[in-house]
Amino acid sequence: MARKVTARHVAISTLAAWLVGFLIFFPILWMVLASFKTELEAFATPPSFLFFHWTTENYATVQERSDYLHHALNSVIIAGGSTLIALLIAVPAAWSMAFSPTKRTKDVLLWMLSTKMMPPVGVLVPIYLIYKNAGLLDTRAGLIFILCLGNLPIVIWMLFTYFKEIPKDILEAARMDGATVGRELIYVLTPMAIPGLASTLLLNLILAWNEAFWTLNLSTLDAAPLTTFIASYSSPEGLFWARLSAASTLAIAPIMIIGWFSQKQLVRGLTFGAVK
Amino acid sequence: MATRQTQFLARALLSPAVLLLFIWMIVPLALTIYFSTLHYSLLDPGSESFVGLDNYTYFLTDPAFLASLQNTLVLVGSVLALTIGLGIPLAVLLDQPVVGRNFVRLMVIAPFFVMPTVSALVWKNLLMHPVSGLFAWIATSLGLTPIDWFTDAPLLAIIFIVAWQWLPFATLILLTALQSLDEEQKEAAEMDGASATSRFIYLTLPHLARPITVVILIETIFLLTVFAEIFVTTGGGPGLQTTNIAFLVYSQALIQFDVGSASAGGLVAVVIANIVAFFLVRIVGRNLEA
Amino acid sequence: MGRITLEGVQKSFGPVHIIKGADLDIADGSFVVFVGPSGCGKTTLLRLIAGLEDVSDGKILIDGKNVVNVPPAKRGLSMVFQSYALYPHMSVRGNIAFGLKMAGLPKDEINRKVEAAAATLNLTPYLDRKPRELSGGQRQRVAIGRAIVREPKAFLFDEPLSNLDAALRVQMRLEVTRLQKQLGTTAIYVTHDQVEAMTMADKIVVLNGGKIEQYGSPIELYQKPANLFVAGFIGSPKMNFITGPDAAQRGAATIGVRPEHLNIVGDGQGWPGKVMVAEHLGSDTFLYVDTGAVGTLTVRCAGEKGVKPGDQIALQPDPNRVYRFDGSGNAIAA
Repeated sequence: MARKVTARHVAISTLAAWLVGFLIFFPILWMVLASFKTELEAFATPPSFLFFHWTTENYATVQERSDYLHHALNSVIIAGGSTLIALLIAVPAAWSMAFSPTKRTKDVLLWMLSTKMMPPVGVLVPIYLIYKNAGLLDTRAGLIFILCLGNLPIVIWMLFTYFKEIPKDILEAARMDGATVGRELIYVLTPMAIPGLASTLLLNLILAWNEAFWTLNLSTLDAAPLTTFIASYSSPEGLFWARLSAASTLAIAPIMIIGWFSQKQLVRGLTFGAVK
Repeated sequence: MATRQTQFLARALLSPAVLLLFIWMIVPLALTIYFSTLHYSLLDPGSESFVGLDNYTYFLTDPAFLASLQNTLVLVGSVLALTIGLGIPLAVLLDQPVVGRNFVRLMVIAPFFVMPTVSALVWKNLLMHPVSGLFAWIATSLGLTPIDWFTDAPLLAIIFIVAWQWLPFATLILLTALQSLDEEQKEAAEMDGASATSRFIYLTLPHLARPITVVILIETIFLLTVFAEIFVTTGGGPGLQTTNIAFLVYSQALIQFDVGSASAGGLVAVVIANIVAFFLVRIVGRNLEA
Repeated sequence: MGRITLEGVQKSFGPVHIIKGADLDIADGSFVVFVGPSGCGKTTLLRLIAGLEDVSDGKILIDGKNVVNVPPAKRGLSMVFQSYALYPHMSVRGNIAFGLKMAGLPKDEINRKVEAAAATLNLTPYLDRKPRELSGGQRQRVAIGRAIVREPKAFLFDEPLSNLDAALRVQMRLEVTRLQKQLGTTAIYVTHDQVEAMTMADKIVVLNGGKIEQYGSPIELYQKPANLFVAGFIGSPKMNFITGPDAAQRGAATIGVRPEHLNIVGDGQGWPGKVMVAEHLGSDTFLYVDTGAVGTLTVRCAGEKGVKPGDQIALQPDPNRVYRFDGSGNAIAA
């Protein structure tokens, strides 16, 4: 079905697309470059693009001075923990709604979606006070819990749309073959759902990793993930650009890779299946 | 899958999620409503007293509220206009036969994966700094006076940062929608003698109407609560120039420790978000039946 | 053994009655086809027998034992789905073996049975492939293999051939029939295609609107349709129905004549009419004739007939092959 395309058309659109793509990506590239400069060069005018003294000292300093790994570990534990718990709660729920829908399933799904619409500031005060009284402020457990709840609707929705695509016939065939519900889950459903599960997991990791309302408000040091850690660079104004860039590069690198892998699922997850 | 046994099991599996979300939705919201009727300051504990709707009167008549409401609307409106206005041509461009399209796509999507605190600080320091920022250097090289973004146009600066973060989202969704446009439809239109322009107006744009609506609604939900970008760049200032409702509520709660009026403000935010949510839920719901 | 008896089986989804009371006795070893238009309840009836749906009322007996409260796997039936429902992540061997594995059979016995089934179905070279690497016909055979390996009391087929192209469908039709005869296992087969029903069945159940219209052998249904619905549904091309004076003259509200029982006669006899369309199949010629008085009639003539659209011809039914129906659509005994 390939349509006829002229070479000129390809050349122009390729050039335009690469130019625009480069411009959009540029701030990230510029940040990565700055992370390899000395503080003086990072601050210099006119700026040097490639011909500067490349150094990796910022990466070392970030770790020495501010214990970068501690915050990175917090990010991993908080994003990973909240994602895993959300999946544990969401898989049975989505399974149930996809394969045994009732008249109310649609309402339940939309209601779940509407909880995601609640702006976090609306409940900032009570959550803050509850956390304060329960000693959950600046704890990983507290952040895991809140991020898990915040992303649960998206996780359920994504899984639901994936499960929906598994033909019911196959589950019925398994039941005719004598599989109990448990074995049906283990031998048939789970292996078939793995692609969907994986992309749900990835998208949720991205959302939890980058979450910057609850992490900023509920953590300061002990449990502070990278979002909060990077925010601490906002105070000594004008200083340590190279170090900020190095910390930032480290903070976004893993999620950038995950994000690129899951870009197709992103659309579906973030639009609740409204655009595929 | 319609036997009684499976139906019972299904309910049992669904209930933990429903219960958790129900508690998550009801308990804090009820507390917010309760606090919003109290005089309650964390600086003066033990002095809580019922004040009825005073907090609402205070919050809604506070000049800061009107300023922040205006800032919120300007921020949401401008970012929507920028992301959709640039997203459509960008999506159309990426839908063309482009050599190395996958790589270009990666570059375009990248900003979406950058955590808000990082993008805000990188823009603020490396790009928009009035002396050493790249923009300042470009302006000087062109013989112009560099703009001191966060002093002279702080809200605009934040709009640019947020728009940069959300442009990939709009583009990606519109591109996905474009790619689902039936190739034969385009060919039929071509056979009917429609020019490239009229094909875009009569075929592509109507096809994009729904994804555009989805983008508007979802972005609005998130843009109403933009927080980190303001938190790390301007702290709401100078004055109230970059304070939006989310930031105002935060500052009343955790800077001025006025729980009562922060709660009232929080509820105002909930009401505004619900107006948008109402339409989004309807669109998604319609799709669920199709 | 696999005798299946339905007694007053009913099924409703909320206020909608899908099956309005079905009584049926399926003899051991017979091949029974459920046929009817879409929405007639044939698939629901099959799923009730399988246990994939609960009956609202009535009994289902397998070898005399009521199984309505027995879960699907314990009923000793196996099913071939319209979509084949193969497990995409398992090899052909894994697919066929799954039921035996669930039943907890020892490994070597499973292997022996799977290989025997594969040999019967010419699947041996494909045992280690995944379903997506197979053609439609091969997938179909895997689905059948999965059904036969468990040595069930009966096979349930839910429109298994509808996803195959025409040539393959004819071939698989033969294979399924031959296999069923060879194994001697009861089979219930759902289809909307009356040609499949006629060619494969020992007995056909014609369903319409949740009711069993008629239960009998293909030839019984063809020769003695119980009512207008069965008469119109069985036979291709469809039977011609004529109402009005021509029917009244024969003491019926409606008379039916099959296309193959209309003869072309000389002028002045029968119903005159103009040929609208002539379809030349070589072995047969189908004519669509506008008679005015009795509407458009379909005629099937053996062999090649040199008739062109626009020709004037006259038609007369074979007097022994005119079916008569009363005002409520039931057949009037000859």
